[in-house]
Amino acid sequence: MNYESIIGLEVHAQLLTQSKIFCGCSSQFGREPNQNTCPVCAGFPGVLPVLNKQVVEFAIKAGLASHCTIATSSILARKNYFYPDLPKGYQISQYEVPICTGGYIEFEIDGALKRARLTRIHIEEDAGKNIHDAHGTASLVDLNRAGVPLLEIVSEPDMRTPQEAGAYLRALRQLLQYLSICNGNMEEGSFRCDANVSVRPQGSEAFGTKVEIKNLNSFKAVEKSIEFEVERQRDTVSEGGKLIQETRLWDEHREETRSMRSKESAHDYRYFPDPDLLPIVTNGDWIDEVRAGLPELPNIRKARFIKDYALPAYDAELLSGRRDVADYFETAIAVHANPKAIGNWIIGDLFRVMKERQLDEQLYIAIWPVPPEHLAQLVELIEKDKISGKIGKTVFETMLGSRLSAQEIVRERNLEQISDDRSIETAVERVIAANPKQVAQFQSGNEKVFGFFVGQIMKATQGKANPQKVNEILRKSLKRRVTQPDT
Amino acid sequence: MSLVQLTLHEAAEKLRKAEFTAVELAEAVYERIAETEPRVGAYLTLAHDKALEDAARADEMLKQNRRGPLLGIPLAIKDNFLTKDLRTTCASKILSDFIPPFDATVISKIRSAGAVIIGKTNLDEFAMGSSAENSAFFPTHNPWNLERIPGGSSGGSAAAVAADECTAALGTDTGGSIRQPAACCGVVGLKPTYGRVSRYGIVAFASSMDQVGPITKDVRDSALLLEVIAGHDPADSTSVNSTVPAYSDMLAGDINRVRIGVPKEYFVSGVAVEVGDAVRKAIGELEKQGAMIEDISLPYTEYAVAVYYVVATAEASSNLARYDGMRYGYRANARDLLNTYTLSRAEGFGAEVKRRIMLGTYVLSAGYYDAYYLKAQKVRSLIKQDFEAAFRRCDVIATPTAPTTAFRLGEKIKDPLQMYLSDVCTISINLAGLPALSLPCGFDRDGLPIGMQLIGKHFDEATILRVAHSYEQSTPWHRLKPKLQD
Repeated sequence: MNYESIIGLEVHAQLLTQSKIFCGCSSQFGREPNQNTCPVCAGFPGVLPVLNKQVVEFAIKAGLASHCTIATSSILARKNYFYPDLPKGYQISQYEVPICTGGYIEFEIDGALKRARLTRIHIEEDAGKNIHDAHGTASLVDLNRAGVPLLEIVSEPDMRTPQEAGAYLRALRQLLQYLSICNGNMEEGSFRCDANVSVRPQGSEAFGTKVEIKNLNSFKAVEKSIEFEVERQRDTVSEGGKLIQETRLWDEHREETRSMRSKESAHDYRYFPDPDLLPIVTNGDWIDEVRAGLPELPNIRKARFIKDYALPAYDAELLSGRRDVADYFETAIAVHANPKAIGNWIIGDLFRVMKERQLDEQLYIAIWPVPPEHLAQLVELIEKDKISGKIGKTVFETMLGSRLSAQEIVRERNLEQISDDRSIETAVERVIAANPKQVAQFQSGNEKVFGFFVGQIMKATQGKANPQKVNEILRKSLKRRVTQPDT
Repeated sequence: MSLVQLTLHEAAEKLRKAEFTAVELAEAVYERIAETEPRVGAYLTLAHDKALEDAARADEMLKQNRRGPLLGIPLAIKDNFLTKDLRTTCASKILSDFIPPFDATVISKIRSAGAVIIGKTNLDEFAMGSSAENSAFFPTHNPWNLERIPGGSSGGSAAAVAADECTAALGTDTGGSIRQPAACCGVVGLKPTYGRVSRYGIVAFASSMDQVGPITKDVRDSALLLEVIAGHDPADSTSVNSTVPAYSDMLAGDINRVRIGVPKEYFVSGVAVEVGDAVRKAIGELEKQGAMIEDISLPYTEYAVAVYYVVATAEASSNLARYDGMRYGYRANARDLLNTYTLSRAEGFGAEVKRRIMLGTYVLSAGYYDAYYLKAQKVRSLIKQDFEAAFRRCDVIATPTAPTTAFRLGEKIKDPLQMYLSDVCTISINLAGLPALSLPCGFDRDGLPIGMQLIGKHFDEATILRVAHSYEQSTPWHRLKPKLQD
């Protein structure tokens, strides 16, 4: 029997607000333990939460960008459970009335667009972190993360393969990054994912028993763990075994999932509306205002790049993949309208520099090693034969971090291309005269020595000679010698 | 008259006239405490040194003719208000050594108004109870009869005011915890509208009903203290952003044509005959003064206690989850995480607190939520609607504050249900979020004070204060003092 796998994903995305969701503490990552804490986020007696309005704005952004309905009034609820990293003994979250419902995420799979519907997006606070093995047998608690705002984004079970799950997750992360509301860093845990996986006989309508997989710290882990789990479930079912509804942990080293807890031992969270907080009211004006401030979203931008700039789909994909890169690209082509050439420089050279300098780890690069205007100018200089493409590469390297324009560098270093015929002819004649042996070889039919002459000429002109002209003039000169042998 | 017997407004005026100093007043209070406290047991913690420093500072300011509404006034604070550097226990073993790192908003307000904090008063643990017997430390005795309870949960504050161990006090009221002890101790207790006074820094019991209010020797003091503590607080999302009237300027004036509703459901068999009679007589006095009496009905009253013990315990079960032995408070010596939780809480909380945590946990549990919590919230809406309908026909509702006068220590402690019924007259008001005040309206044959409750419309504390003040002007009750004899 053939089995179909059913996959739904639950994502927790840390929001890039300055402060925590219910107090004024910084939400910055990587500070000394318990540095970012106050009586509110440490759950002292008598404290009360005050909702950070920016969190709501970010949730509306995410909701609008994923085609959700934004609730005019939604409720913050308490999720009650005991754990040392949860200072109040409850997490403030949303339960019955989340802020966003419906909507979908579009992703590309095998060249086709597919949609995964969203069940809901809600806001909640993150918990702290328990640290084991750092202090003898004692466990330590770091509450820096307690109260950092999160979006929980829950998809419908609309994915059918691990690859689809990966593609959905990448599209979702890209969307949040585009909105500048989450940095999408899976390793630091600012973008976390749990997967719900079940299998059913092909053609069956009913869902099979669902298993939740946790501890997925990379895209690879998501795809691999789902692959493993689907196979495990298929094997169990086809051998006549019975699956139990449970939570399983992904073991990255052994590449397998392991049972963590069954449904019977699942918590009863005793959700109820938090009496310390008023309903979140979002009026139409506010939503309109947020909508007006949304950036152009990645798939729309990509389509526009293909249509308006006649870019190949591959280039458009790469150039629209990050909002900062797309902005860079469009700033550059506004200075010099050669999208294809500028795109090539970005994809080939700028991406390499971003990677080398780890700039790609930033969510939005505002200060580029080469400003977009300067790159545009460089392309223009090449296009107008002011410098050769090869010199262009040198100029690009010189521009890196120097803040000098291409024009300035070319002028200062006297790199302008030699394109007048007479200067090139002089250089050509000199090289021919100095190398009679090679001339003879050429005359006897050895075309390869042509390259030798070009190299010598470029060397004599410090690489500035217009290579096309060098080719032309050199060929003419050498031919002249063939037809008019020296007397 | 001795200094300690003065009301807040009398003491303030005499301090301004330099008839005595704030230090003299504070010292007089501590002398009184030394004399009577062994019999009353109103205070858990005294702040003697700091209080005298604050009093000396108040004297400096008085000399410079600086004004502060509470300048040099000795106040007692219920021990569930966070006071910076001053132990705050909630009368619980679990917080017995807790020193708060900040002041509650209300505490900041009274401090900047010049108040001198005398100490922290006893209460039922976490404000759960009606007799102050649920304190983990010791019970408080009613100054009118030391074998009787002072009421609760703000029993320590009410007893301290009645015994002249302070000039005025602050309490909290979730189901009657200011009004019922005020009635038991023959003083004035006001629970403001929910949202009128900030809850920030008050140890939470039931967040949707907790409210801070004054316990005072007369109605004018209540108005004066409310003026200081009321107002919007950005740190409390449920506090309401509306201007605070000058309540003490609105006391004068007659109560002609004020419509006073008398709900029949509050004068039934559970209410002691003497209590019902005294309250009816007091209503008669109001009528004499020009008020119009209306018979009204609040049909959902009978469900109030049940609704309250679902909603309040549900919220409490969650609010008290933070006392886990991890970051502060009592921590049991246990080998692993689970035992640290269970033992810390088993040893740290008293029986009534544990009962309510279990009840609240139960009503929120999967499968029971709809039948209990959700149903209770629906009935709560009906109780609110009861009042809305009633207030279309009247401006103030008058009822007994408690069904009986102060009962004997130990009398109801083994019978939680009987104890819960002590709040049968006050609980609906918290469910509806309304303001209500209790003031003395007579004594029973045992010489125990009887309280009348005046309930107002949302944010209309001014009217109930004016009606109460008018009544007080023509009656002697608030001026009578307990003899404080064994």
